[in-house]
Amino acid sequence: MPQAHTTAGAESNAIIQVRALENRFGAHVVHEGLDLDLYPGEILAVVGGSGTGKSVLLRSIVGLLRPSGGTVKVFGEDMQQLSSAERSLVERRFGMLFQGGALFSSLNLQENAALPLIEHAGLPREEAQHLGRLKLALAGLPPEAALKYPAELSGGMVKRAALARALALDPEVLFLDEPTAGLDPIGAAAFDQLILTLRDALGISVFIVTHDLDTLYSICDRVAVLARRKVLVAASLDEVAATEDEWIQEYFHGPRGRAAQAAAAPPKD
Amino acid sequence: MGLEPGSAKIEGNCLILSGAWVLQHYQQLRAETAELKGWLPLGSDSATTTSWTDMYTLEIQGITSLDTAGASLLLEFLGLDWLDDKSDTLAQLPQERVRLLKTVAATMANPLEPPSSKVSVLRLFLASIGERTEAVWRQQWQLFGFVGLTLVTLVTTFARPRSWRITSMVAHIQQTGPDAVPIVALLTFLVGAVVGFLGATVLRDFGATIYTVNLVAFAFLREFGVLLAAILMAGRTASAFTAQIGSMKANEEIDALRILGLDPVEVLVLPRVTAMLVTLPILAFIGMFSGIAGGALVCVTSLDISLFQFISIVKRDIAINHFIVGMVKAPVFAYVIGVIGCLEGFKVSGSAQSVGEHTTSSVVQSIFIVILLDAIAALFFMQMGW
Repeated sequence: MPQAHTTAGAESNAIIQVRALENRFGAHVVHEGLDLDLYPGEILAVVGGSGTGKSVLLRSIVGLLRPSGGTVKVFGEDMQQLSSAERSLVERRFGMLFQGGALFSSLNLQENAALPLIEHAGLPREEAQHLGRLKLALAGLPPEAALKYPAELSGGMVKRAALARALALDPEVLFLDEPTAGLDPIGAAAFDQLILTLRDALGISVFIVTHDLDTLYSICDRVAVLARRKVLVAASLDEVAATEDEWIQEYFHGPRGRAAQAAAAPPKD
Repeated sequence: MGLEPGSAKIEGNCLILSGAWVLQHYQQLRAETAELKGWLPLGSDSATTTSWTDMYTLEIQGITSLDTAGASLLLEFLGLDWLDDKSDTLAQLPQERVRLLKTVAATMANPLEPPSSKVSVLRLFLASIGERTEAVWRQQWQLFGFVGLTLVTLVTTFARPRSWRITSMVAHIQQTGPDAVPIVALLTFLVGAVVGFLGATVLRDFGATIYTVNLVAFAFLREFGVLLAAILMAGRTASAFTAQIGSMKANEEIDALRILGLDPVEVLVLPRVTAMLVTLPILAFIGMFSGIAGGALVCVTSLDISLFQFISIVKRDIAINHFIVGMVKAPVFAYVIGVIGCLEGFKVSGSAQSVGEHTTSSVVQSIFIVILLDAIAALFFMQMGW
């Protein structure tokens, strides 16, 4: 099997290895033979048209969805083979930002950010909330936001608070599901820079599912294009943009793609 | 991470920080740094901490790993000024650690504590009494308003058959009616049997066990049939209405209806209330029947009253007006339960917790009002001699 071969060969340093992933819902096949790697310290963006299964891919990597076939190895361990206690240990090394924030609506922001610290790091409430406030500030929220409840916040603040909760346990991998969707351009640009700063400071790997071309051009190291049930290409932005494929050409060289490229003209990296 | 836990110690005139300054060892590190600070003669306010970092040579190259939790602790220990004053010591750390320290320091430069407002317990207590009293009044006021609004919409819609929402109403009749029959029938049957036993026990002393039949028939026709059905509906249906409309409210669907020029009362409330108006009388009838059946079973099995005798006593002694007195209450209860269930749904605000609170409130309110109305009705009918 070439599959075993590639797995052994790429064991070098990828922290997440997806091999021959298959996902189907009834007769509807979402993924078939999908391969993808995430390397330490990189920001990887996954793009694709609506309905190509970007979120499904994300959910099967973090273990919210059991794939119909294939393997997902995280930190060298196959998630499906682990016992639930071992999985929980692996999951603590993940931070996930859900599309809608998914903040707990009955807890205020500092309690939201402190919850993983209390539950997993075993900190006393007082210290956990202190650290929670630090994470909120790190995510760019003002101190008075700490006592607010999610229902009282704007969309941008919800995203920031959700990022603070995702960062609570100092994860090694950060998963972001459409982080800039629903933010105004200024807020989205600031959020992009925040992710970049955090990656540089904390040395984490970031896995972004996005539609935002500006995010791609300004912060991503590699881009994986999802189409026809698999990853068509995963490489640097220039290589991907040069790939001969109708969808990719339209995506990167359509009016919006050109505008985003022009905006990012002074290359940041 | 199997690394050596972080530590802070003083050797000679060196302050040595080493090991893993990470979340895992946070508490231990915090205790250690607090102890060191207490042990140092210069106290812990930040002006003096800078000067004691002057007194000792800092050795931090032993730090094997660092995360935001560790970085914040380190900065709390050494003081924020240290990053600027002692930038030469930073050279001992790899570039990305310095970047992390600087990022965290920039965050910590602003106060983290939210501005707190301390209020005395007495004032809080008084305020909460006032708040609750006002809430009760407002709630009754809203309920009266909503009862009226629904009634007006009901009447105006009734005149326009085109705007009747038959499909929605039938769906709600299905959910509130047939699906509730088994539970209503079983419960009233059991209560009927219990009333039968009670009657038999009390009336035996007077040699009047035969009147158990009258007791059961009276109780169920006038009160229990409709009351039990209404209480069950309050628990089963009012809560469902609140949760349905509440999650629509949380999802901004109610606002969407308004923007589309549709009246939420007409679209959501009327089908539910009319469904209740149809089903509760039927359920009340089923309740009466199966309650009496429960009483009849007790009479037949333990009082030696035959079924034939039971039926003939009911026919002879129980006038039709008892049945009517019971049944006229059903539409009133149905209306109140439906309206309360829907109104509480509209009061939901955003969060999942709010859906829960209002669902509880709708069940409590509708059961309370049903029993209150029933008590008033009992007094009224008794005075009228009906």
